[in-house]
Amino acid sequence: MKIEKAILAVITTNKANIDGGAPIFICENRQQAEEISANLEAITDGIAHELSDELFIIVKH
Amino acid sequence: MNEYTLPILFGVIIGTVVRILMLRTDYRQYPTYLHGKVIHVSLGFIAASLGSVAIPAIMELEFTAVTFLTVAATQFREVRNMERNTLTEVDGFELVPRGKTYIEGIAISFESRNYLVIFTSFIGTLVFIVFNIYLAILATVVCFMISKVLMSGKTMKDIVEIDHHDLHFEGAGLYVDNIYIMNIGLPERQEEILKYGMGFVLTPKNMNVITTIANLGQRQAVLHDVSVTLGVFRDSGTPALTPLIKRDLDDGRIGIFILPQIREVTKAKKVIGAVPVLENAIRMPSESGFTNKRGQY
Repeated sequence: MKIEKAILAVITTNKANIDGGAPIFICENRQQAEEISANLEAITDGIAHELSDELFIIVKH
Repeated sequence: MNEYTLPILFGVIIGTVVRILMLRTDYRQYPTYLHGKVIHVSLGFIAASLGSVAIPAIMELEFTAVTFLTVAATQFREVRNMERNTLTEVDGFELVPRGKTYIEGIAISFESRNYLVIFTSFIGTLVFIVFNIYLAILATVVCFMISKVLMSGKTMKDIVEIDHHDLHFEGAGLYVDNIYIMNIGLPERQEEILKYGMGFVLTPKNMNVITTIANLGQRQAVLHDVSVTLGVFRDSGTPALTPLIKRDLDDGRIGIFILPQIREVTKAKKVIGAVPVLENAIRMPSESGFTNKRGQY
């Protein structure tokens, strides 16, 4: 089976809920999280998706 | 020169002319360059030659000569392969790809046009030999008309209602009307999308159409045609700015999200309406006898 989508990075402002294998970027506030997501989106050619107020993921489609 | 020279010459010329007339650069945007056209005119010439020599061969009681038409069939199947391979190779470099179904449709039409050429040359030569050149010209015109009818298919405006709807976000979710398109996380991307994007909803006119427009290849064809005709606001490395089509599972309506460079609603509607209904996408559940076009029974 070919995996077509992958989570490249996780950007969060909530340190308490962190665990797992993908690269995780911990941010101070939402504004910083948005900036980092924007940069990562451009660098990785992925799309930044918002899962909740404090959690973004970058997904390669 | 013998009695067959003129008829054969006539057949070859009209066949090639018919191929040239059928080889117009249209909504498919293919072939666009002289080299591509040369290939197809040459193949059309070969097809025309095969069509025109068949009648003299039969008249000379050389019945086995007709078997070379099978060679022609093999040859033109090869044309279909060639087109498919070329288009598939270059499709990866399109900003909005054509999709396999569309490519297959183009490849099939290129093959079948060569058969139409053989058919026209065949009839032209036959009428020339049996009657005279004037009737042969008339027969050619009739053949060309028939070819035109055989080549034309339905377009989207025949099968769906097209309505413009504004894009809106619910949280990070992008919606066209009530159809969910995708999740866009970054506020700046959301602004870009609201600024440059357009939303349309296609409402199927009957039961058969629901399955046809649900076909992923058909949907990709719509996106490709719109992006080619109206331009597209995207580049490599901006996957968030991707035109998408999603389906309303409830009633089979289709929500289109596009990012055109020319943002005119009437023009966009016309372009979507002119997208061909792909032969490979057409489904007719009503023909199965279990349902009618309204999905009842």
